[in-house]
Amino acid sequence: MIEILIKGGRVIDPANGLDGVADVLLTNGRIAAVKPKLEPPAGAEVIDATGLIVSPGLIDMHVHLREPGSELEETIASGSRAAVAGGFTTVCAMPNTDPCTDNEGAVEFVVSRARAADLANVLPIGAITVGRKGEQMAELGQMVRAGAVAFSDDGDSVRNSGLLRQCLTYGKMFGKPFISHAEDKDLSGSGVMHAGPLSARLGLSGIPAAAEEIIVARDIMLARMTGAKLHIAHLSTAGSCDLVRRAKAAGLSVSAEVTPHHLALTEESVAGFDPNFKMSPPLRTAADVAALKAGLKDGTIDCLASDHAPHEQEEKDLEFAFAPFGVIGLESSLGILIRELIDSKILSWPELLAKLTANPARVLGLDRGTLSVGVPADLTLINPTLEWTIDARRFESKSRNCPFHGQKVRGKAVVTIVGGKVKYRAS
Amino acid sequence: MAPAKPEFQWTRRHLLGLEELSKDEIVHILDLAQGFKQISTRSIKKAPALRGKVVVLLFFEPSTRTSMSFSLAAQRLSADVLEFHSESSSIRKGETLVDTARNIEAMGVDIFILRHPATGAPQLLSRSVNASVVNAGDGEHEHPTQGLLDLYTMREAKGRIEGLKVAIVGDIAHSRVARSNLWALTKLGAEVTFVGPPTQLPAGLAECGAKLAWDLDAVLPEMDVVNLLRIQAERQGKNSFPTIREYSRLFGMNAERLARCKKDVLVMHPGPINRGVEITSEVADGPNSAILQQVANGVAIRMAVMYLVAGARGK
Repeated sequence: MIEILIKGGRVIDPANGLDGVADVLLTNGRIAAVKPKLEPPAGAEVIDATGLIVSPGLIDMHVHLREPGSELEETIASGSRAAVAGGFTTVCAMPNTDPCTDNEGAVEFVVSRARAADLANVLPIGAITVGRKGEQMAELGQMVRAGAVAFSDDGDSVRNSGLLRQCLTYGKMFGKPFISHAEDKDLSGSGVMHAGPLSARLGLSGIPAAAEEIIVARDIMLARMTGAKLHIAHLSTAGSCDLVRRAKAAGLSVSAEVTPHHLALTEESVAGFDPNFKMSPPLRTAADVAALKAGLKDGTIDCLASDHAPHEQEEKDLEFAFAPFGVIGLESSLGILIRELIDSKILSWPELLAKLTANPARVLGLDRGTLSVGVPADLTLINPTLEWTIDARRFESKSRNCPFHGQKVRGKAVVTIVGGKVKYRAS
Repeated sequence: MAPAKPEFQWTRRHLLGLEELSKDEIVHILDLAQGFKQISTRSIKKAPALRGKVVVLLFFEPSTRTSMSFSLAAQRLSADVLEFHSESSSIRKGETLVDTARNIEAMGVDIFILRHPATGAPQLLSRSVNASVVNAGDGEHEHPTQGLLDLYTMREAKGRIEGLKVAIVGDIAHSRVARSNLWALTKLGAEVTFVGPPTQLPAGLAECGAKLAWDLDAVLPEMDVVNLLRIQAERQGKNSFPTIREYSRLFGMNAERLARCKKDVLVMHPGPINRGVEITSEVADGPNSAILQQVANGVAIRMAVMYLVAGARGK
């Protein structure tokens, strides 16, 4: 019997409305008890959590682990190391690998590589269409059987509304959410940053807010028509946030996420032409950032996700227009979110942690993200006052394309426990 | 040698754009160019200012006028000149920009002159090499020496920049010439009106100090300078305007329109001109045209710029 007793921490379990000093006992990989005072069983490891926050393991439902296909950027193993170092016990791997995760075998590959890495839970997201080409429905049922937890053509929207309608309708059999990367590519065109006065000034092609909002609106309409579960990835505009708010008010099964970089940065960062500020969707305006924060506060936005998108240094060390979209986030996410949301008093700790635990678990239908007795023992211990400097050179990720490199933050995951075993301990 | 104000200390190692220059810096370049222009009229067209320096032209877009102008300017200052022309700027086809530049720099280079289709490429280069970098046009961003030679030509013809009303006509959205002109002209007190079809006139530029107009005939009578931009035929596929013929009727400069302008209006064009599209031959070759003066002044401007960045001890 393997037992761990976590003593004296501030236990925050948003799913159960719990916030107070308590002890947590983990037995054989599951939560065995959460009580104000527990005595350590014989042979149990005791972790002193005094001054720490004890949270259900954090879930990042939107990461790119690049394997198979671009193993120099990231692998499932290196991405898993980055995950636990950032406090994440569960990550969802997007299917835009090469080959694409669009069939049962490809899903099994992710599952088996994750098992071999034996660090974080890596849950595969299957493509909606074959090759993410938007032409033919992928074998959704086979992928669910192999372990897919959601469907997405992330990186692309399914351009053909008729096909997406068929996929949403068919997919209802499996109860899994469809995750929408909302981008009208005919409208975003060759754009590389937010379209507005700044893009006009810099002479960079712009991506209008409408390129996102048109697809958010379309997908919400299709969700209403089909009754499918819809999740909007990486909201970036005030208009998108408003569309989701109205869909929720109308009682639709629609959820949404936002990334740390869309909360912490604006398009102004692009003015130096540093490709580490180039991502899709692009950084928007201060007004958009304020609307996204308001959307988090009022519950319109359910989840926080990094959209961790590793790229090699030489790929990013290019002319802005030629560099690929995407930035990494697993190891900077928590520090940035604490600064942007806790320190600026937008969310309380239980509210922040709900968006990193109970809410993504609810969207994905996972038996995780809580400290309920009997669920798998995934926990993250956070030191909320530890000051540290984000140093991309020391990341576990194989890539370094972090827009927050060099920034000082406060608050860090210090112990990450997955399935009742300590997988990361800050040195 | 040049009538530069002795108290002015030039500190920039690079010339990446005109947006970041001060009014004094722009005026300093124009004044210095005036001295250099005289060299071009001597029988021995050579000064020793850059003797022993190496200037490399890195051109990733086709260019005749700009590359010859830089090359001649460098040679008039006695520099050694190397030219690298590549139509391909794609990393998939070979070396990256940074690697190409570092390899050439290893041979001993003082100034890179960079022409590149990607916005911001000179900024990337200036972060990656020790040599000076002069932007000879980056994407749709800036073309600072063109902006400077345009101002020089206006000042030469009109005696001043302050108070001038300048129309820049054409595909503003995709024009680095328009942007560099805007920054320099507004800093020196001119009033800039961008004219073109709304598809090529981003509303955001109004916040940068330009007036925007679609009706060329309405704005022409009050203009002191009309600068016509080249229409890129390859942009037609993007549905910016239906046909060349329609563009020419709405935005082309011709004798009839010229007759409605001020008598001494200065007609400019950065070249190469599409005769009969944005400008008719009778206007291009007529008495109001400053097109060839622009080209002549370009050499003097580029001499001044290279002289300054080579001697800078600053950023």
